[in-house]
Amino acid sequence: MTAVLEISGLQKTYRSRKGVRRALDGFDMVVEAGQVHGFLGPNGSGKTTTLRTLLGLIRPNGGRMAILGREVPEHLSEVAGHVGAIVESPQFFGNFTAQDTLALLADAGGVREERVVAVLELVGLRDRAKDRVKTYSLGMKQRLAVASALLKEPKLLILDEPANGLDPGGIREMRTLMRNLAESGMTVVLSSHILGEIQLICDSVTIISGGRRVAAGSVADVLASHTSSGVKVRLEPGVDMRGAIELLRANGAQVVVEHDHFTVGNAGNPAQITRILAEREIYVSELTPIAADLESVFLELTGTAPVDGHNRQVDQSAVATPTGGWGQ
Amino acid sequence: MSLARAEARRLVKRRFTKFFVAGLLILLVAIAAGMFLTNEKIGSDQRAAAQAEAQAQFQRSYQQSVTEKENCTAAQGTPAASQFPPNCDDIYIPTESDYDPQWFMPATFEFLGEFPGMITTLAALLAMVAFVVGASFVGAEWNSGGMMNLLLWRPTRIRVLATKLTILLAGAAVLTVVVSALWTAAFLAIADLRGSTDGLTSGAWQSIALTELRGLALVLVAGAAGFSLASLGRHTAMALGVAVGVVIVLQFGLGAVLFMAKVKFAEAYLAPVWMSAWMDKTYRIEDTSACDFSSNNGCQPAILDLTWQHAGGLLAGILVVTVGAALWAIRRRDIT
Ligand SMILES: Nc1ncnc2c1ncn2[C@@H]1O[C@H](COP(=O)(O)OP(=O)(O)OP(=O)(O)O)[C@@H](O)[C@H]1O
Ligand SMILES: [Mg+2]
Repeated sequence: MTAVLEISGLQKTYRSRKGVRRALDGFDMVVEAGQVHGFLGPNGSGKTTTLRTLLGLIRPNGGRMAILGREVPEHLSEVAGHVGAIVESPQFFGNFTAQDTLALLADAGGVREERVVAVLELVGLRDRAKDRVKTYSLGMKQRLAVASALLKEPKLLILDEPANGLDPGGIREMRTLMRNLAESGMTVVLSSHILGEIQLICDSVTIISGGRRVAAGSVADVLASHTSSGVKVRLEPGVDMRGAIELLRANGAQVVVEHDHFTVGNAGNPAQITRILAEREIYVSELTPIAADLESVFLELTGTAPVDGHNRQVDQSAVATPTGGWGQ
Repeated sequence: MSLARAEARRLVKRRFTKFFVAGLLILLVAIAAGMFLTNEKIGSDQRAAAQAEAQAQFQRSYQQSVTEKENCTAAQGTPAASQFPPNCDDIYIPTESDYDPQWFMPATFEFLGEFPGMITTLAALLAMVAFVVGASFVGAEWNSGGMMNLLLWRPTRIRVLATKLTILLAGAAVLTVVVSALWTAAFLAIADLRGSTDGLTSGAWQSIALTELRGLALVLVAGAAGFSLASLGRHTAMALGVAVGVVIVLQFGLGAVLFMAKVKFAEAYLAPVWMSAWMDKTYRIEDTSACDFSSNNGCQPAILDLTWQHAGGLLAGILVVTVGAALWAIRRRDIT
């Protein structure tokens, strides 16, 4: 497979009168062709900064980037025709209609005029296309933004929080749309905070925290590598659970008691559990590994899980220094 | 080319553009109509009426002066004498030549003499519209995020901005040429109906055409300056703010300070003076506090002649600085 998007060692420091802010600190990312790639990270972790830099809107302070095999920003104008993008709820000139807005973009980009009608249909704005953008709801503006990104039939589609403001039906439509686009050979990079969504539609993900990559790979790999080695244990009905728990604890297991079962947190080798219990003639009726979902992996990797009695501030992470990428 | 076409469409589609151009046209029609209504053609009737009016005025004031003189003479030696000059011969008796019938002629539109002033009016109005429309054309784009969108499609920033500017200037040029032609035709008609078109030699026409050309240059510089300032500030209000700032600080504030400080040729710091110099080819500033003594003319005020070359230099400077700064700024700036 070829990489449609490659970023390595990307650095970006914002300078203002208030001082400097290091938004990207040696960020790496690779997206293979034909994938739907999730780009995840807490607020302020640098997702939008990465995408803006990639699209030539801001200048990096260091690092390399390539789109479709061409170095950017040097050769951006060669590949721009193949990249459709929306960056963080794009705004449009409010006094023009959706139709005019897209027609002007199509004209500027040398795209056939028929595409305008096609994409408006695709995002469900056909009947409102002649209304002024000013009169649109948040979700309708977002749909228009997606339409503008699809206008040039891109090979690489970059969507920064496309689900922002969409209704449940819209989110589902977006999901099907992305899958269809990916099947037609388009590569999609999707940044979102709706992790259930990402888990459903993405082939692979990159997780960013504090301007650095903390995990990347296929969704299954990321989940697997960060699934805690926990197992859920259920005993035969009527068996004294407390005795079994004490026994396991005595053997060094980290046991968390639930009402009709318990979990062992550090069960590197689940067979150990059955052996210890069986020696005392306690038999296990269920022993299942606990599968982590993307959300808990995300919270663990980025160190942004909520802690009781504590208001986490943005830029705050329980992970002191983000480790390099997963699998390194 | 497609970018240029899209920008041209955007420019004419904008309500702001339509609104200001329509306002300008209405204003111009009003000015032309006013000129038409307040002027009259001079024929033998008008000349005779003026003659009669001059004669009547002369008669009236002659009578008054004569009566006054008689009263003065009669009052000599009485207390009433203090109401009159000590020497009754000082009372002036007007002569007929003091009442030139020319003064009593109705206003008439002499194309040759008056049209250049109308060209300046037109150029000033067009320049104002070009400045505001130019500022809003790019300012609203920056402000609404449309510029960012466009740059995602065309990542060549300088080209995008330069294309926008070119389209704006082309639009302003077309508007100026068309409106100037209509304006000239309208005033030719007014002169024909309500004045005279005497003395319109080919040389005179050439001079009129050159004045209109200078007006076009003024309009283009104003449009480019408004556009560039708004692009620099990424907001229409930036350009308007600078314009208002220039008017208030330079024209009123600085003007007043310079006059108070009796700076030599203080007028040279005022924009309208430069505009006059540009449109009328020269503007003379006299400094009456100075004295250039010469034996045959006595004391002459010091003179500063601003020529259209000076003013042209200033316009070129404004153009280069504003457009240069706008292009320079967009080259590297982070667009967020
Ligand atoms: N124009 C700017 N000037 C200064 N700092 C900025 C600017 N834009 C972003 N930042 C900072 O850079 C960091 C990364 O911001 P970025 O917008 O990339 O975050 P994000 O991952 O997109 O967050 P979110 O999920 O909230 O959209 C933040 O700390 C932010 O405050
Ligand atoms: Mg963001």
